[in-house]
Amino acid sequence: MIRFLFKGLLRDKQRSLLPIIVVIIGVFLTVLMHTWIKGVFGDVVDFNAKFATGHVKIMTRGYSDKLEQLPNDLALTGVDDLLAELAVISPDIQWSSRIRFGGLVDVPDENNETKTQGPAVAWGIDLLTPGSPEAERMKIPSSIIRGRIPEKPGEILLSEDFAKRLEVEPGQIVTFFGSTMLGGMAMQNFILAGTVRFGTQAVDRGALVMDLEDARLVLDMPDAAGEVLGFFPSGLYEDDRAKALVDAFAERYHDQENLFEPTMVTLRDQNDLGSIVDYMDVVTGLISFIFILAMSLVLWNAGLLGGLRRYGEVGLRLAMGESKGQVYRSMLGEAVLIGLVGSVIGTALALGISYWLQNNGIDLSGMMKGASMMLPSVFRTQVTTPAFYVGFLPGLFATVIGTGLAGIGIYKRKTAQLFKELE
Amino acid sequence: MKESIKIELRDLVKRFPMGTKEFTALKGLSFSVMGGEFAGLVGPSGSGKSTLLNIVGSLDSPSEGSALVLGRDIGRLSHAEAARLRNHHIGFIFQTYNLLPVYTAYENVEFPLLLLRMGSAERKKAVMEALEWVGLAEKVKSRPAQMSGGECQRVAIARAIVKHPELVLADEPTANLDADNSHHILKTMVKINRELGTTFLFATHDEKVIGYLRRIIRLSDGLLHSDNLVEPINGED
Repeated sequence: MIRFLFKGLLRDKQRSLLPIIVVIIGVFLTVLMHTWIKGVFGDVVDFNAKFATGHVKIMTRGYSDKLEQLPNDLALTGVDDLLAELAVISPDIQWSSRIRFGGLVDVPDENNETKTQGPAVAWGIDLLTPGSPEAERMKIPSSIIRGRIPEKPGEILLSEDFAKRLEVEPGQIVTFFGSTMLGGMAMQNFILAGTVRFGTQAVDRGALVMDLEDARLVLDMPDAAGEVLGFFPSGLYEDDRAKALVDAFAERYHDQENLFEPTMVTLRDQNDLGSIVDYMDVVTGLISFIFILAMSLVLWNAGLLGGLRRYGEVGLRLAMGESKGQVYRSMLGEAVLIGLVGSVIGTALALGISYWLQNNGIDLSGMMKGASMMLPSVFRTQVTTPAFYVGFLPGLFATVIGTGLAGIGIYKRKTAQLFKELE
Repeated sequence: MKESIKIELRDLVKRFPMGTKEFTALKGLSFSVMGGEFAGLVGPSGSGKSTLLNIVGSLDSPSEGSALVLGRDIGRLSHAEAARLRNHHIGFIFQTYNLLPVYTAYENVEFPLLLLRMGSAERKKAVMEALEWVGLAEKVKSRPAQMSGGECQRVAIARAIVKHPELVLADEPTANLDADNSHHILKTMVKINRELGTTFLFATHDEKVIGYLRRIIRLSDGLLHSDNLVEPINGED
């Protein structure tokens, strides 16, 4: 009997192929939307973490108070000792010293006169220590557009857009002008090793990246750093752990009056990322819920229509002596089969595209020119565990519920009307 | 050989609620149908013949009186028991054939046997026999859309008789067929009735069908108007 029904299911395209296509589309959209939302919001947080905030960040209290000015005169000093202490307190966390600073990049002509110049937002990060994860963390190797990554002191990277504006090529010498930690003038020539594009307009407009030791040299900041960023080994922000770390750190360093007293803040407490993290959770849940609900209604309706379309067949089966329960169970069985097949195919398709988008992303930089927020301009999906089952909610359950509701009519149907109905 | 009683109706009343009132479709019918009969319920629309066919087919139950069909009291059967009675002992032929469109002629005829959980080899033999009875052995692989109306109704007849039911109920079986096909179908049913001894009960007002009946039970306004054994006009080949 099951084989007989299955044969009918396969042959009746309106009963099998069409519902399966509807389920596939519904599930595909649900899963893709889920991974997209997760990816976009996750990227915003991840991008900020890697470029600016870390999962936790240590600064001096003074630096923290005027963070938007990047006041390196209030930078952390004795960083090596601090790092040694941090390595003992939390050995699994990766700690990275960074100096962020502003300045002017000057490109000379053949007479060593200024040809072009422009303001730069600079990062001093550990590029040259063997095994340093910083270059990979900021995706510098994969972001190189021209030239190469700095290999020795005195080499820098400029963002591609900035380099083009300054009309400078890799291999040329540029001069950096800024101010030292102590307020003196800083001036140093560098060789442009290469250009990069990070994928966010706010950074790509005028980024300069140099090795941390070069930055310390030019800014007169020996054993100092504006910020020490901490990254969790999972690569993901863990709010509870971050808060626990901050509390533990605050117990060690609790001098509220000392501007140079180190203080630790979580990712949530920086750049308004707390609200983004909260918003992300709420919006992800809400959009997923709305989408799942909408798709559920569509698939429910499809199940309902499928059931009603077979009113005649059901009537005949009842007239021929099949019990109502048997007919109802066989309809539910078909719905489970259609829902399962559609959900598996829809989920597989969506995951395939999601994985591709996770690796390659979609470049929306054209739409984000002039943006000042640290937003990635290449948007990616993020495949999480729920992506593997979220599509089954509308795909399987809504289809089965829709069919189940349609099938209730079987129980309400008066067999006395069958002759009339079948005519 | 003495034939047993297949249908026995006693003071059968059927009422339907109509708003706050009740409509009485059958007003105390009493008659019996013996095994091997080729009988018809004849009457105009609203005379109660379909209501009676529903009760005899265990699709509905009487309001009063009793309807014994194949020894079962229809009024006392549960839904499951009624379904079992239809499944095992009663064949249905509908005006609009009601074949399952995605299945072949063979599979449509096979369907009642699957409900009976008959074994594969036995099933195949029974289906082929039934299709041979209606002269469609060569159409086993055809689907309803590939067959004429007459052929479809012959498949429906094969489906009704394939399980060798004691009783076949046919509701206006020729209403959608032309004269030639109607006669072909009716001759097939007469042949089955004679050779297999299957009892046929029709609900009809088609003169072509009436011409083949050996017993005409005329109903009028829910009452038995007349009940006559007749010599069929078209009965013999």
